[in-house]
Amino acid sequence: MNSDRSGARALTGHRLFWPVVVLVVLLAANTIYRPGFLSVQLRDGHLYGSVVDIVRLSAPLILVALGMTLVIATGGIDLSVGSICAISGAIACLYISRQPDQNSLGGVLTALALALGVALVLGAWNGVLVAVIGIQPIIATLILMVAGRGLAQLVTEGQILTINSEPYKAIGVGHLLTLPLAIVIALAVALLIAAVTRRTALGLIVESVGGNARASRLAGIRSARITFLVYVISAACAAVAGFMMTANVSSADGNAAGLWVELDAILAVVIGGTSLAGGRFSLGGTILGALLIQTLTTTVYAMNISPQTSLLFKAVVVIAVCLVQAPGFRARFVRRRAPAVAAVTAGEQPKEQVPA
Amino acid sequence: MTGSQPVLTMTGISRSFPGVRALDTVDLRLFAGEVHALMGENGAGKSTLIKVLTGVYGVDSGTVTLDGAQVSFTGPMQATSAGVSTVYQEVNLCTNLSVAENIFIGREPRRLGAVRWGEMRRRARALLARLDLDIDVNAQLGSFSLAVQQLVAIARAIDIEARVLVLDEPTSSLDAGEVAQLFRVMRQLRDEGIAILFVTHFLDQVYAVADRITVLRNGRLVGEYATRELPQLSLVEKMIGKELRVLERLDGQPRAEVAATAGVPLLDARELGRRSAVAPFSLTIHEGEVVGLAGLLGSGRTEVARLLFGADRADHGELRVRGTPTALRSPVTAIDRGVGFCSENRRAEGIVPELSVRENMILALQAARGWLRPIPRRRQDELVERYVQALSIRPADPDVPVANLSGGNQQKVLLARWLITEPRLLILDEPTRGIDIGAKTEIQRLVAQLSDGGMAVLFISAELEEVLRLSHKIAVLRDREMVAQLTNDSSVDADRIMRVIAAGATFEGVPS
Repeated sequence: MNSDRSGARALTGHRLFWPVVVLVVLLAANTIYRPGFLSVQLRDGHLYGSVVDIVRLSAPLILVALGMTLVIATGGIDLSVGSICAISGAIACLYISRQPDQNSLGGVLTALALALGVALVLGAWNGVLVAVIGIQPIIATLILMVAGRGLAQLVTEGQILTINSEPYKAIGVGHLLTLPLAIVIALAVALLIAAVTRRTALGLIVESVGGNARASRLAGIRSARITFLVYVISAACAAVAGFMMTANVSSADGNAAGLWVELDAILAVVIGGTSLAGGRFSLGGTILGALLIQTLTTTVYAMNISPQTSLLFKAVVVIAVCLVQAPGFRARFVRRRAPAVAAVTAGEQPKEQVPA
Repeated sequence: MTGSQPVLTMTGISRSFPGVRALDTVDLRLFAGEVHALMGENGAGKSTLIKVLTGVYGVDSGTVTLDGAQVSFTGPMQATSAGVSTVYQEVNLCTNLSVAENIFIGREPRRLGAVRWGEMRRRARALLARLDLDIDVNAQLGSFSLAVQQLVAIARAIDIEARVLVLDEPTSSLDAGEVAQLFRVMRQLRDEGIAILFVTHFLDQVYAVADRITVLRNGRLVGEYATRELPQLSLVEKMIGKELRVLERLDGQPRAEVAATAGVPLLDARELGRRSAVAPFSLTIHEGEVVGLAGLLGSGRTEVARLLFGADRADHGELRVRGTPTALRSPVTAIDRGVGFCSENRRAEGIVPELSVRENMILALQAARGWLRPIPRRRQDELVERYVQALSIRPADPDVPVANLSGGNQQKVLLARWLITEPRLLILDEPTRGIDIGAKTEIQRLVAQLSDGGMAVLFISAELEEVLRLSHKIAVLRDREMVAQLTNDSSVDADRIMRVIAAGATFEGVPS
């Protein structure tokens, strides 16, 4: 009995418990509304179904949010990811549109490499502003968020650039081994980032810098390098997401591609349990957060909720998730408290009040 | 003065915070026309008392009377309008506004809601003239020196018919000339009949300007004294709380036998200094040597440590590591040369609270290797297990967040963080502060062991007994200046060090 209860407590106390609950509730609601919702079919060797669609559509957001996770873990934020999506998509499409044969695989790969290279430069720009010059991350990346849209417009010359390239289109809607290629790519990037952060000491050092920047400096961590690096990684992730977004529609729109994706990405990171103040991060949590947001969007469309009220609906669910995750709210209304959090706040309180 | 009634009386003030009794039945009397120094070490309760006086904190018990009437301020604004004004240590004015705006912000002279700029400037000039300050009141405050900014803050404070002026560490960022200017103003205001409560760490300044002194220790009142009847030595005794006569000899002999001090020193600081932190000092540390830094809190001990570790950059002198001149631009350079540093500020500068014990322990070594060369998990486990056992860290689970450990165990985790890097010099800033007696002895024993094993240690502590027990050599700091270096032989005891702290270098010449 007692152990049952503490087991249940450990489960509900897990930081991803409530996001999972909300996700399950959303899926259940969809299934009730549309009984075939959960079914997945194999057609022509490809998997089809609403759930597969949700995962495929969330792939760009997952990518952007993964990069954002590292940035936020250092205590920063990257508002420019949406613009970088637009710029990289536009450059790739522009290069392909100038090719004599738009279907040439070599041409497409060159286009991707070129666009990725530009994105890395843009990430380095953010990194220099934040880590070397010391501008606050929200301001530093705001520059590129605003100016980047202009850059994307310059690349596409203000037009919607349409291409007709099968290899490029495959990034968005193609399949590999029965799975949509977008899902495979997102999965591969997620595994790559997980390996880079957890197989090396990058994750630890990022968490250390975000958890206590002063202590990290005194421990000999060169935090400027790490900070620089996470902005570059974030930009690279955004670039791949930009390829997917433009490949989905076979066209590059400097205005619309990746618009407001930074906000969804930040949201996904926060739902995934990474604090905006920096420190411990969870890549799995971020992916879960991105899936939750996409499920929500799909649900809103599927239930024919009018576009005017759909944002409101989204807001209500997001507020609910954030509230049940907030320790203060839970302590007050759910009448239980995470011991670790309580210990920390209790320890810090008198220190601030008695400066002597 | 003594015959008249005090303008302000605080009687039996007590105030607790969770786990801390910050003030325990403290009394304070301020008379019109006096400069009254409030003395005590960090944590003695000076700031809390001031915050009670100005209404920032309420009291658990006790009364405050102003001009014989009991008052209870609910906030600084109310205290100010009743005639109790405060100027805080960090000038909390807006440097981007003009001088006149700063003086009148929040209470600008108005007519029909519109600010009367001419009137404001005129009154600002008149106020500053009272302080013998002739500056352009339209200029940005930030364009003036800190001393002038401090005076502007005082002008703002006395504008409202202040009868009590509280100056909380007003001199900590001023140079000697600026301090003199401030004192001139303080004496003038005193002669005009204002009661000034002066909080400072600097003993000389107390004797230069204060008429009477109230000493606090550990939240209790030690006593109220006339400055000229209280020699500096007695003041230090009262602040530290030990009568020199009854100081017992320590168990164990002082570690006089100096480890091989011949040859090139490990660390050789020559006239190293940093403006407004610590005056240039010279200090050598040899391998296997424990150098103690003694001095009151705020005397510059931490500043010395930070310069030697590169946490702050020196702007004067040079540092040689094994004879090679080395510029410490950041801690990375120092760590690379084999120096480790445990900050006195465990929570803000030591632990990364949400990371585990294991992660906190390997942090410095991992940082030195770079993120591309992770320490293999098996090696991590070996290291962590070894130090968890050697330092008996509790709980012995390396995967709990370090925030959940007690202060003493957190301190041991930080020690382990540096020991894992196998430093040649370990700088320990107050490693035993705020931890229980058992952990304290363990850490002292460890320091002795390490030094016997050839590691040099710079040991900083407010507790003289500790410094005496462990050190081969003791450097004494006073008012941000290294005033003496003593070889810890039989002629050195707590008495002598306290005399140096109280009197400065000049006293050392007198045979004791």
